[in-house]
Amino acid sequence: MSVWIYSLCALGLVLIGLYGLVRSHHGLQQLLSINVMGSGVFMLLLALAARHAPADAVPQAARHAPADAVPQALVLTGIVVAISALALGLALLRRLASYDKGASHD
Amino acid sequence: MTEWVMAGLVVWPLIWGALTLILPSRWVLFAGALGALGTLALGVWVVSLPPQIMTLGNWPTPLGLSWRLDGISQSLIGLTAVVGGLISVYAGVDKSCPSVFWGLWLGAWGAMNALFLTADVFHFYVTLELLTVSAVAMVALTPSAAATRAAFRYLVVSLTGSMFFLLGVALLYGRYGVLDMAILSEQMTMDWVSALALAVMTIGLLAKTAVFPLHSWLPQAHSEALTAVSAILSALVIKTAFYGLMRLWLDVFATLATVSASMVLGILASAAIFWGGYQALTTSRLKRLVAWSTVAQVGGLLLALALVVQAQATHSVQTASLWQGLVWLIGAHALAKSAWFLAAGTVQKRAGSDYLTQIGFAMQHSPISVFAMTLAVVSLSGLPFTMGFIGKWWLLSLAWELQAWLWMLVSLLGSLLTLAYGWRLLNLSLMSRVWPQPLNPVSVSKDWVALGLALLAVIGGFGSHWFWEGI
Repeated sequence: MSVWIYSLCALGLVLIGLYGLVRSHHGLQQLLSINVMGSGVFMLLLALAARHAPADAVPQAARHAPADAVPQALVLTGIVVAISALALGLALLRRLASYDKGASHD
Repeated sequence: MTEWVMAGLVVWPLIWGALTLILPSRWVLFAGALGALGTLALGVWVVSLPPQIMTLGNWPTPLGLSWRLDGISQSLIGLTAVVGGLISVYAGVDKSCPSVFWGLWLGAWGAMNALFLTADVFHFYVTLELLTVSAVAMVALTPSAAATRAAFRYLVVSLTGSMFFLLGVALLYGRYGVLDMAILSEQMTMDWVSALALAVMTIGLLAKTAVFPLHSWLPQAHSEALTAVSAILSALVIKTAFYGLMRLWLDVFATLATVSASMVLGILASAAIFWGGYQALTTSRLKRLVAWSTVAQVGGLLLALALVVQAQATHSVQTASLWQGLVWLIGAHALAKSAWFLAAGTVQKRAGSDYLTQIGFAMQHSPISVFAMTLAVVSLSGLPFTMGFIGKWWLLSLAWELQAWLWMLVSLLGSLLTLAYGWRLLNLSLMSRVWPQPLNPVSVSKDWVALGLALLAVIGGFGSHWFWEGI
């Protein structure tokens, strides 16, 4: 049951991020919205990781068996990818800001 | 031995790309050339290998990753090697290419090779993202505010597309518990989770392929970039996301790809063909014209995919070799478009202007580039004795067999539009009264590289027998 709650919340986060992305005009807001979307996707993966230790198939004693490790590895990789893309976006924004500053001084 | 060739395809360009970033500047060109030459050789070598599946580190597939070498990936790696190799020559001759270009380009090349090889949907996401980062950084190499803005827009669209794709990967993992494309394709069943996964992954890849209405980043990014970068983006980078669409629709989600789903692709494709063609007919700038033509041509590719999906869903046509037609169209477009972009960039540099009204004199003084552009336009519009003609012929006969008259009409109108905006550009070199203007000195070897690519698009038309029967 709790898997469903987490999964639906995760999809909600993705939608919130998408809404923010469509509505925002500032670059920083756009990057942050994409990050919110990313968090939603990662949350979905983690919720699925918990589901893969099926509650009724496992005997009572093994209920606390470790969750599926694959989605966790995916999330770790995803975070690394997301942070490098975010860094590139921030660098581009800083360069844009320096161009704008140069233009206003002229 | 073959493992080493396949690993080298990815590792070799990455190593040399990284080296160009730390070596002193007088060595950069040498290291870049060595990296490009090695990758070119490996890419051509891979075409001759037998098709195979390689599991990385000998971990079996549900847990480990596998690389798949089959007809599609072999031809696309070979194509990337040939087109990329010639573009590298152009970049080497081009004095305005900064030394950072080599690191980014070799990184992008390695990422593309990995992307064509991988048989795992998550690994596909990672390589797509690697490619995005290097492609965006290559656009930002042009030192101007407009280029930086275009690069940022490209990054935002591309990252959103990746997030959609990753959401689809998560849904697939939740539903099937595997990420390997072959296993997914076997287990695929028609239910709402799979349909949702197909929808979000397709939207993500459509944004990255710049299909109408998600195309608006492309004309800016592709026309603001350095010439070699424009050619790389338009000829190669766009095709990687399209390759993803091919794998998803024809392989992983083949069970879900119905005729009505193919209609959606067809409608988007038609809109792209007409809107891109219209914009190319009305734009006032040279590189914008070529970039809008890419939007239209991507529509053409998607239309072909829609037809192939329809053929596979109805089983009315012999489907075994349908991928060959798609790969052929990709190759025809990659060769012609890179030739066109390189020739356009040379003319632009010579004229010192990007406006169509000011390049007439430079066009008349770069006959080799104009010849390359002409061949490219002929191939893109599908006139005889080119690769484009054979691709168009295949597409039209497939539409004929499927009785898809509407798509046939759209495809023919697309050819006419290509001829129209191509003529609009080529006509500039024929006008008798142009204002003489001082021209910038540009090495003639750049013209020859563009012509080389355009000639390949013609020679390929004669060598088609080998491809259609051989693999």
